[in-house]
Amino acid sequence: MATFTRRRLAAVALVATTALLGTAACGGGDDDKSAAGGPVTLTVDVFGQFGYDDLYKEYMASHPNVKIVERGTGSNLDEYSPKLTQWLAAGKGAGDIVAIEEGLLVEYKANPQNFVNLLDHGAADLKGNFLDWKWNQGLTADGKQLIGLGTDVGGMAMCYRKDLFAKAGLPTDRDAVSKLWPTWQDYIKVGEQYKAKNTGTAFLDGATNTFNTILLQAAGNSTGYSYYDTSNNLVVDSNPAVKQAYDTTLDIIDSGLSGKYGSWSEEWVSAFKQSKFATIACPAWMTGVIEGNAGPSAKGKWDIAKIPGNGGNWGGSFLAVPKQGKHQAEAIELAKFLTSAKGQIGAFKAKGPLPSSPQALEDPAIVASTNEYFSGASVGKIFAEGAKSLKPVYMGPKNQAVRTEVENAVRTVELGQRSPEQGWTDAVNNAKKAAAK
Amino acid sequence: MAVQLDARPPVAPAHRTPRPSRVVRLSRFDTRYSPYLYIAPFFLLFGVFGIYPLIYTFWVSLHDWDLLGAEHPFIGFDNYTQLLADPDFWHSVVNTLGIFVISTVPQLLLALWLANLLNRQLRARTTWRMAVLIPNVTSTAAVAIVFAVLFGREFGMINWLLDHVGIAAIDWKANRLAAWTAISTMVDWRWTGYNALIFLAAMQSIPRDLYESASIDGASRSRQFWSITVPLLKPTIVFAVIISTIGGLQLFTEPRLFNSGTNAIRGGPLRESQTVTMYMFENAFAPHYNFGYGSAIAWLLFALIAVVAAINVLLLRRLGGGVKGEN
Repeated sequence: MATFTRRRLAAVALVATTALLGTAACGGGDDDKSAAGGPVTLTVDVFGQFGYDDLYKEYMASHPNVKIVERGTGSNLDEYSPKLTQWLAAGKGAGDIVAIEEGLLVEYKANPQNFVNLLDHGAADLKGNFLDWKWNQGLTADGKQLIGLGTDVGGMAMCYRKDLFAKAGLPTDRDAVSKLWPTWQDYIKVGEQYKAKNTGTAFLDGATNTFNTILLQAAGNSTGYSYYDTSNNLVVDSNPAVKQAYDTTLDIIDSGLSGKYGSWSEEWVSAFKQSKFATIACPAWMTGVIEGNAGPSAKGKWDIAKIPGNGGNWGGSFLAVPKQGKHQAEAIELAKFLTSAKGQIGAFKAKGPLPSSPQALEDPAIVASTNEYFSGASVGKIFAEGAKSLKPVYMGPKNQAVRTEVENAVRTVELGQRSPEQGWTDAVNNAKKAAAK
Repeated sequence: MAVQLDARPPVAPAHRTPRPSRVVRLSRFDTRYSPYLYIAPFFLLFGVFGIYPLIYTFWVSLHDWDLLGAEHPFIGFDNYTQLLADPDFWHSVVNTLGIFVISTVPQLLLALWLANLLNRQLRARTTWRMAVLIPNVTSTAAVAIVFAVLFGREFGMINWLLDHVGIAAIDWKANRLAAWTAISTMVDWRWTGYNALIFLAAMQSIPRDLYESASIDGASRSRQFWSITVPLLKPTIVFAVIISTIGGLQLFTEPRLFNSGTNAIRGGPLRESQTVTMYMFENAFAPHYNFGYGSAIAWLLFALIAVVAAINVLLLRRLGGGVKGEN
């Protein structure tokens, strides 16, 4: 009896302690081994394709004490940004270096306390390595903190399918195609010719992609801001650039040129694979996306022409160092390396993001570069030419949420769920609601 | 009426016992308290991972809590008043309830029917029983992706089949009822077998002789099913309904993955298939990062589940009573 009881008590004690330990274990931290100059592992969080693999190898070879791990390659921004925000809010989990997209940077800039001020770490000397506006985007409103160093910019072009153009009796040579559409109205006219030939394919992928392109172009060429003015007032309904982009997009929809494929959806990807549309507005980073979606069988069928309208910038990212990181000094060094002219050229060669460094943009390695997938188009020349004369667009605090609302309004009109007037009312009302949240 | 109410026997004088030995005392302590220790781990874990988040969420919901912001000012019940007047929230509630009804009702009926079939003498019975559980083992994400492709507007197999019988293509994602239906098929495909097994387990505990005597009385199979099986299964049906209510109202993965591309969290251009959990995510995380508002949605969802579960149980009681009355 006595032994039995004792054994039971022991079991109870064991169960209780295990439970306590089990709950306590979650709070245990990983220990920091770098203090004594030992090996340091740096985690880099990215989305999509940054093209850094070879650069990591090179950096690790010259810094034997550093090991680099990249997370999130290929994931889309919609998945990436909530994760990053949660890590920052929790004060734990973010990589030593994190990539931040231009449109989201504004939200992170509003809370600069989460990031290392790169100006405190000699970044001021690097100013000349970046296009002026790209550098300024990385600064907080008061100009006292630099959140991130620029990686790429989104100089724009129009990618098109040569085989489908030939089928529709249109020219296929990229210079001739560029001449077809100096303006968006010309683009619509070409689209109508294309449509008249009944190839069974759409002229463009979908309205929202094109809308974003036109808006960023129109805003860059006029006010310099889109949904918010530079004092952060919501100007969706009063900025003529927004209405102009909306109306032009509706002309395209009206002419029945859109394939109505929602950007980044399964259908959009399938439409690439099955050659269901002939043109897509492509910021430099989009070339990698097209290649990935359309697959190797479409190699040489794509080409790149000038974008209708005049220039424009869409997207582009920054590298920032969160304050929660344990190896900030090493992370800052790596971020400087990856965003140096050399690093940007390396990334461009690997995956196509266009450099934001003027030196890199003038480098023969960029200017002379061609892309075999796009029929040997001189991508470097096409994108770099526009990039230097780019007019940046200012983005306000809730840019992403507002953009979502306006994009959706365009999409409802495209799908015939709303009339153009209702769509515009929705866009304005929902944007206001989103901005107030 | 002078009934003596206090009919207890007189209290016997406590007889003095010698002080119990150490072993006896230990054993008494053991029998009295050790069960609490045995069940303690669950409550500890529940406290840490259940109660604490619940209270914390409520605390957050009383603040203007920008996920990244350094300051979180207290605003009382403002989030709740704003939420109750938010048409998008109610839109998501209707979506959730709609998907719940058109998925759960056929699902439970189908499961009941399936369980009844599995309860008969079948060859390779275990194999059949295990087979109905296979969909449940499949990853939700994989299921959702496959179904999203099946229900594609242009390249989907369902529309291709519809085309063959002369029905025009349906834009499954941009039509509210169509989106509900598509998502419901996903849910049903996954959970029918699971519920069937639960029903089957309960059916097996029903004594055979009830059926035998019913057969002798000349009751048909379906009559036996409705008059014996279903009434005796009532507690199990209540359990299945509550579990389905909780799961159904928290639906997230299926509708989220059914919608792909940018802003998939909205569940279509006009929020055709956005459930409450998706709306919560949209507000608490991307693109709004309004953690306080998101927490308020979580709490209202909690209330909604409690209300719907209660209504379901009440309805079932009625139903059960009716069936019993027939006998």
